[in-house]
Amino acid sequence: MKKKEVPQDPSSLKNFTKELCYAVDETGKYTTDLSTGWNVKTSALDVAWKDIEKRIAEAKAKVLNGETSPILYYMELKLMDIAILSAYTGFFKWTINRHLKPLVFNKLSGKKLKLYAETFDITIDKLKNIELV
Amino acid sequence: MKADFKHIQAAHCENGVTVNLLGQAGVKQITEPLAFGIGSGLFYIYIPLLKINNGPAIAFRTMPGLIFKRTSKALGIPVVRKTFSSKEKARQFLDQQLAEGGVVGCQVGVYFLTYFPKEYRFHFNAHNIIVYGKENDHYLISDPVMETVTSLSDYELERVRFAKGALAPKGQIYFAKKAVTVADEQIRKAVKSGIKRNVRDMLHIPGNIAGVSGIKYTANKIKKWRDNLGLEKSKLYLAQLVRMQEEIGTGGGGFRYIYGAFLQEAYQYFPKDELLEISKMFTKSGDLWRDAAVQSAGIYKGRLSSQEDFNTVSNYLYEIAEIEKQAFTALSKIKW
Repeated sequence: MKKKEVPQDPSSLKNFTKELCYAVDETGKYTTDLSTGWNVKTSALDVAWKDIEKRIAEAKAKVLNGETSPILYYMELKLMDIAILSAYTGFFKWTINRHLKPLVFNKLSGKKLKLYAETFDITIDKLKNIELV
Repeated sequence: MKADFKHIQAAHCENGVTVNLLGQAGVKQITEPLAFGIGSGLFYIYIPLLKINNGPAIAFRTMPGLIFKRTSKALGIPVVRKTFSSKEKARQFLDQQLAEGGVVGCQVGVYFLTYFPKEYRFHFNAHNIIVYGKENDHYLISDPVMETVTSLSDYELERVRFAKGALAPKGQIYFAKKAVTVADEQIRKAVKSGIKRNVRDMLHIPGNIAGVSGIKYTANKIKKWRDNLGLEKSKLYLAQLVRMQEEIGTGGGGFRYIYGAFLQEAYQYFPKDELLEISKMFTKSGDLWRDAAVQSAGIYKGRLSSQEDFNTVSNYLYEIAEIEKQAFTALSKIKW
């Protein structure tokens, strides 16, 4: 990449920082330049976020339909998967899978609910009722 | 307490922390490209079956932590590295270092990193920052990918130091144990061994998923993505590949440009014309990685969608694999 080709496209880094890129100058020597962003990767990040939003919407529909517990919704909302949720809560993955069943979730103890609520940064009321968000 | 400190922006966090911590220890000659090259930072791997954020697990650089470890070792700098099971002890240890005027590196998770834009906050735990002081219950932070210094509260820092999941930092803290002087001869040795180790990593790891063969392996996979995954999922996969390759921290072209810069700096220590020629090959490779990204963007933005378009991406990767194979073979033949 030539120094004058370092892209300066708008991106969500605006107001936060510019990123350092390596490029060669006219004499072929490596130098650095700051970039505001590159549309190729801004749109790659958009693709990732659209997928996340889709997963959240699907999880929400499933919860409201009684197919799964609110844990799935909040897990997607916080960009987690079962492994990450397991690491934060200390529950085994299979335990979390059980808690994803609405019948099991409805009988969870206050202590367990509190652990999930703290992990998701929400109140227990919100954990039980996703429409409160 | 606030140490005498100068913020250095870098393309990649671990390179930046390495440059800064070694500078604190009195080793001023190490630049970002030198840290990256001595630490044999350039890599490629596609780990099949493992999924990250529901996409393929691909890396363009070596394992997190290795660049600092290898570079300080190669320069003969003793390092302190600690992890903690207790948050309280982790904080006490950090406070004690800062009270003594120390500047330290910390491994952190990005998800709760308040000064990052929301769009970049995923559960990624191998980010590195420098803590250089404490004022009014706020830790003074130098994050090498940011243009300027920033700060985090007690709670905010504890949260990112104890992020959970893959590569959990466990409060990891590291710094050079004592100040040293490093002679140019030592740097020459380090440059040479860094290059040799990188040749090994890119050409001689058995199996077909790492190094140059990993790039070919990915090229084969991409050809099949459209049929095997469907168009929508293939878009996600291509976008993930591009993010790993270009996202903040790579310096562009999947770290290939930084490596090109390293070889030019290596020439200052070993005036061999081959180094300059091989540097150009890495520039070429970085350019091709970016051409492949532009082509991929055509697909994930929905402008391109045919099998032929996927083949074009794939063919870029075959070409890249060939160039990097030649480049590392040429490096392996240098008579030092």
